[in-house]
Amino acid sequence: MAGPEVVTPLELRFPARPDELRGMRDALRERLRAWRLDEECASDVVMAVDEACQNVIRHAYRGEPDGFIELEVRCTGDELQIAVRDFAPPVDPARIRPRSLDEVRPGGLGTHLIRSAMDHTELGKPPSGPGNLLRMVKKLARGGAAGT
Amino acid sequence: MKHSVTEERGVVVVAFAGEVDLEHSPKAREVLLDQVGRRRRVLVDLSNVDYIDSSGIASLVEAFQKAKKAGTGFALAAPNPAALRVLELARLDRVFQIFATVEEGLDAGG
Repeated sequence: MAGPEVVTPLELRFPARPDELRGMRDALRERLRAWRLDEECASDVVMAVDEACQNVIRHAYRGEPDGFIELEVRCTGDELQIAVRDFAPPVDPARIRPRSLDEVRPGGLGTHLIRSAMDHTELGKPPSGPGNLLRMVKKLARGGAAGT
Repeated sequence: MKHSVTEERGVVVVAFAGEVDLEHSPKAREVLLDQVGRRRRVLVDLSNVDYIDSSGIASLVEAFQKAKKAGTGFALAAPNPAALRVLELARLDRVFQIFATVEEGLDAGG
């Protein structure tokens, strides 16, 4: 069933602003539906990507509205490979840690949600140029997506 | 995101609809803190919330803590499976009082 069009990666470039996130989520949801991910898996992926973009907006660009985010989501059949790239000053990966959930307080949940939803996350430098690159991998259940 | 504030059986019902995300959570926070500040029991109706992110959850936590400090009630009602999953991943399903329906929440503390 999987035609060449459904395994084309999703590539988006958008301003790093809160009002841009809904459009990103809608485009991502639509593509995950085309790849036939089950609903719960797709929800987890949308949440993790949204939280990753929020981290970029809040912590990398520090709310500056002029930055951009590049998102690439690739479906290999066995897994989703996700890259979230920004052009902000380098962020120290050691500073992006999930906090303990034993303490009930408002902030700092995003990184925890990303790690809960994803099988692998790695923040580093892009192969070329400035900025930061967050790579995330989500393993897919067999038969759960196009190409399997 | 849309919201409404109504009073039913002595309980303030704050209903959100749509997506409580980074763009809209400052408004959600403002509405919740305002209502909790009036020292009335607040029930947050999540039945029409399609999506809630960590910033929306943070608004709920902040309002919950303010209510706790003031000694007034604060509970959630009718989260959809996606919202409930975020609450579970944040391990807040054991912190918040969560009712399956708004009606149950009203029955429990009107």
